[in-house]
Amino acid sequence: MTTAPEHSPTMARSSVADRLAPCAPLMLVPVLAIAGLIAVQNPASWLTLTVSGLAMGMMIFLMASGLTLVFGLMDVINFGHGAFVSVGAFIGISVLLTLGHLTNAPSLGLNLLAILVAVLAAMAATAVMGWAFERVIVKPVYGNHLSQILVTMGGLIIAEQLIIVLWGPEEIYFTRPEALKGALTFGDAAIEKYRLVTVGVGLAVFAAMRFVLRRTKIGLIVRAGVQNGEMVAALGYRLRLVFIGVFIAGSALAGLGGVMWGLYQEVITAHMGNQAMILIFIVVIIGGLGSVEGCFIGALLVGLLQNYVAFVEPKLALVSNIALMVAILMWRPMGMIPVVKAK
Amino acid sequence: MIRSLLSGDLPRSRVLALLLVVILICLAFAPFLFPGVRTVDTAARICIFIVLVASYDLLLGYGGIVSFAHTMFFGMGAYGVALTSTHMGRGFDALAIGSISGAALAAVLALLIGLFSLRVRAIFFAMITLAVASAVAVLVSQLSGLTGGEDGLTFKTPRELGPAFKFGKETFDGTLFGVKLNGKLLTYYLIFGGSALLFLALLRVVNSPFGRVLQAIRENDFRAEAIGYRVVYYRVTATCLSAAIAALSGSLYAIWLRYVGPDTTLSMTIMIDILLMVVIGGMGTIYGAVIGATLFVLAQNYLQNLMGVLSSMTEGLPLLPELLSPDRWLLWLGVLFILSVYFFPSGVVGRLRGQR
Repeated sequence: MTTAPEHSPTMARSSVADRLAPCAPLMLVPVLAIAGLIAVQNPASWLTLTVSGLAMGMMIFLMASGLTLVFGLMDVINFGHGAFVSVGAFIGISVLLTLGHLTNAPSLGLNLLAILVAVLAAMAATAVMGWAFERVIVKPVYGNHLSQILVTMGGLIIAEQLIIVLWGPEEIYFTRPEALKGALTFGDAAIEKYRLVTVGVGLAVFAAMRFVLRRTKIGLIVRAGVQNGEMVAALGYRLRLVFIGVFIAGSALAGLGGVMWGLYQEVITAHMGNQAMILIFIVVIIGGLGSVEGCFIGALLVGLLQNYVAFVEPKLALVSNIALMVAILMWRPMGMIPVVKAK
Repeated sequence: MIRSLLSGDLPRSRVLALLLVVILICLAFAPFLFPGVRTVDTAARICIFIVLVASYDLLLGYGGIVSFAHTMFFGMGAYGVALTSTHMGRGFDALAIGSISGAALAAVLALLIGLFSLRVRAIFFAMITLAVASAVAVLVSQLSGLTGGEDGLTFKTPRELGPAFKFGKETFDGTLFGVKLNGKLLTYYLIFGGSALLFLALLRVVNSPFGRVLQAIRENDFRAEAIGYRVVYYRVTATCLSAAIAALSGSLYAIWLRYVGPDTTLSMTIMIDILLMVVIGGMGTIYGAVIGATLFVLAQNYLQNLMGVLSSMTEGLPLLPELLSPDRWLLWLGVLFILSVYFFPSGVVGRLRGQR
């Protein structure tokens, strides 16, 4: 009689690679920054590029976060998200232009106050617009991706054209508030003041979003809804109401992103939202649809890469983002931080 | 005979059949029925857009996949012809090589994009194509050494296709029913014949077993996979086919215009036009492309004038003149687009077939 084979459990440490795998996406940002340093070679221009890359990443994150949550929660893909960016920029900048006495004063406090007023106006407007958009355009097409894409695209066209009707077809050029013009210099590196403001705002919004999503009850419901909406609904929460809230918040964030983006470019056009959508989609895809953290990391990666490549080989800037997307999809087909869906 | 030519997919509605026959006759004899530079140009545009829209319908209506890169493939065919004609000199061989290589390149690119996005989620495809198409459009306008940049390329087609080429002097005295027999006429019939062939080929594809499987996948991809069809394989094949045919129609467009540029072939506006034509005509019915493209191109050419008249009539009223100005044509198209997705998802053809 042969004895039974030995199969008592053994305690094996998981390998380093296994333990590192979950934080691999997090490591990508510093890795990319170091790679950028090697490619750029000059530390001073590297610092400038890194800060502007981070600033750009933050703005893309602001615009993309709403889109990714809306998709995660209700499986709605909103191709008209760019409309909120454009509308936010136009309303914010119009308000800013009327507050000339605040923006022309050389005081940082007054300038930031003006920007705050502009941002609040833009966010309020895009929030209302988001609510209307959800009611009129998205609501009748739940559960049908094809119609959603078509209808939201139609919404985007209408919004763009209405902007042209109201503000005229020309692009609007303007200058930033007095105290935010110019750059700070550290040694050889020049860092535009406005970019620092953008990085600050972006970090603050990210921290606030994380706090709401991780520490509050509403955040818990949202996260649970992204994981398994049916279960949340079965437990008695009105997921539709939560969803409308997220849609409105996402639209308002896109409006905020639009104002920041407009101030960054110092020119606004009706098509800016549509152009931003390209970067937003790349970010949302590589982050993993539905994941806020993935979206944040993805936005930073895209911002940094775009700036480094634009410095080294300007013509490849937009192509580099596509290459990044292809590389990440080959590595993780569902995006860096895939959202596990129970459905 | 007609049944086998149409691959057994008859219009199935008297009104629709009548409309199609009228359109076919108008297009087939356009240079004789409506002599005039602008009308013949409109007819050629309709022919080309019918093929382009039908190839998009293969993807959107039959495959249920939304692509925003269709103008990119269209442009690839057009630039293929333009580049070979400039570098190889004018000649039919340049046209053939340009068309074929453009179509092949479009199919390969579609294969790559499809493999990346469709294996995960069909919805990725829409986003990725949007990104890739705009990157290509930017690249084309930047690489001005190769593509002519924003100005585009003007090139020469073979001498037989130019207006200076005259024929039939001995037998018809150079004119037929009062229309000069020249190269422009030949070009029109080249476009018409090419479009008709491609259209019939598409009709063949969607009515083949392959097309049937595509429709099954559109309705329920999970079930199609369970029955044993490789969903990814079918979707990617449809993407490649549709890209190649779009590229061929792009080649025809380049041959007709003897010019390519980012605005005429690659712009997002054309993409939106194509979307509108498919939706208005009727998704998932290749005949919808005929109706959609014809209505749309005619409206684009003639309705804008009407809007201008309306706009000047309402002058003095607040906001209305701006809303009605011909430049705001897209606004009304957007409204029409949303309404037609909501209320007539099957488009004109679906409506007509429903009444029977």
